[in-house]
Amino acid sequence: MALVVHMLILVGVVLLHVAYATYFERKVIGHMQVRMGPTRVGPLGLLQPIADGIKLFFKEDVIPGCADRTLFYAAPIICLVAAMANLAVLPFASGLVLAKINIGLLFVFAMSSLASYGVVLAGWASNSKFSFLGGLRSMSQVISYEIALGLSLVGVMMMAGSLDLSEIVAAQQQSRFGIYAIPQFLGFFVFVVAMLAETNRAPFDLPEAESELVAGYFTEYSGIRFSLFFMAEYIGMLVMASIATICFLGGWSGPFAVPHVPFFWFAAKIYGIMFFYFWLRATLPRYRYDQLMSLGWKVLIPLALLNIVVTGFVKTIF
Amino acid sequence: MTVQQILFFYFATVIVLLSLGAVTMRNSVYSVLMVLAMFFHMAGIYLTLNAEFLAAVQVVVYAGAVLVLYLFVVFLVNLKQEARITRFVKHPALGGVMAGALFLMLLFAFGSFSLGPQGAWPVAAIEEATFTRALAMELFTRYLLPFEVVGLILLIAVVGGIVLAKREESQEGAGRETAGSSITRGEA
Repeated sequence: MALVVHMLILVGVVLLHVAYATYFERKVIGHMQVRMGPTRVGPLGLLQPIADGIKLFFKEDVIPGCADRTLFYAAPIICLVAAMANLAVLPFASGLVLAKINIGLLFVFAMSSLASYGVVLAGWASNSKFSFLGGLRSMSQVISYEIALGLSLVGVMMMAGSLDLSEIVAAQQQSRFGIYAIPQFLGFFVFVVAMLAETNRAPFDLPEAESELVAGYFTEYSGIRFSLFFMAEYIGMLVMASIATICFLGGWSGPFAVPHVPFFWFAAKIYGIMFFYFWLRATLPRYRYDQLMSLGWKVLIPLALLNIVVTGFVKTIF
Repeated sequence: MTVQQILFFYFATVIVLLSLGAVTMRNSVYSVLMVLAMFFHMAGIYLTLNAEFLAAVQVVVYAGAVLVLYLFVVFLVNLKQEARITRFVKHPALGGVMAGALFLMLLFAFGSFSLGPQGAWPVAAIEEATFTRALAMELFTRYLLPFEVVGLILLIAVVGGIVLAKREESQEGAGRETAGSSITRGEA
């Protein structure tokens, strides 16, 4: 029973976070482009995400005539389930985790590889050119970055000697620098690039590329089904930001302990990374998909392998 | 029946049903999805056996990488309808007899199954050391040589794949960096 309550609280907090991440994004990008961002709904536009949510909920749910209905229905659900399942294994503070499993890191990989099926199937099931191209791009993207993403974290696994996310944070606190981002700077760099591709964010937002493919894989989706994809994307960003925080930035530990708010530093780091996401989106142009492929295979994977070899040597010598 | 047995029978039944679905589905995309669901159930079986590392790797490698490539190929070929191939053998009954004989052979082989001797890692030891650690200790100490040999064989396969893909590209001429060619190389 307590578990169910914990789950509901977690989902509620995360959904609220998702709603206000969109507000945060619109404000940040607005100010970067010398605009105001949302200001009209509520004070400072703070009720804008709520208004958007209500609007999306009551919009007409359009399904294209020749779509493959079963998969069309299933695709956004696959995306959202895969994104949300990750939340269970993330430790937000010492002991504050829904399911402490000893392969937490691999679980996150497994679930995020499942999420790409939602995107691919949405593209195929919509039976539309734009969606299909978006789906194909998503697949080529998956095979370009996923290996680099996995390899970039091997260094962290070697240093921590564990796949358990809580233990990785604990091992980090004991390490010389307190965070792995310094000794693992190469792995951190590869991870950040792969993280952007994983979450389909600029500059790797090829599957949705609104200037070429309308909206890519979710072109044909509307109303609540569209918002499921939207939620999955933002939860995915949150999850990847959490993994970056846990594996490279020291998790919930900070320069001083904040009383009563054990997850203060965790949240602060996550919001820092979210700001980084938005900053990149406002700054960088989109990669072409063959450029992403050669980046993944010719730059990121060799760098990640180099990182593993160097980490191994350092670990054996010291 | 213990919970483990119930889980095993659930996973086993679903795996059989999904595998049948994968070969009988008319739509090849659905076939691939059946295999995807089957991989998840196989991961479930590994989990009931305390092999959580294997379960995760099963999903990451097979569901995450291999099946994406399958799906890619299915999309590229874009079979609107099922592929129709003329029968290799005239009489369908012949195939049935062969399959039935194989099945009977397997049934008879069941009898000679026996539990092997106790290994160095009983369940309690694995639970204490965690499966990942136990696997790594075995792989990198006692089975280091076989492990390296397997790695070398895989490396040869990768190099061979690259060589084959390269040759095709130079026959096409121009040697352009097309998206398709880099995909085939990735696949190799």
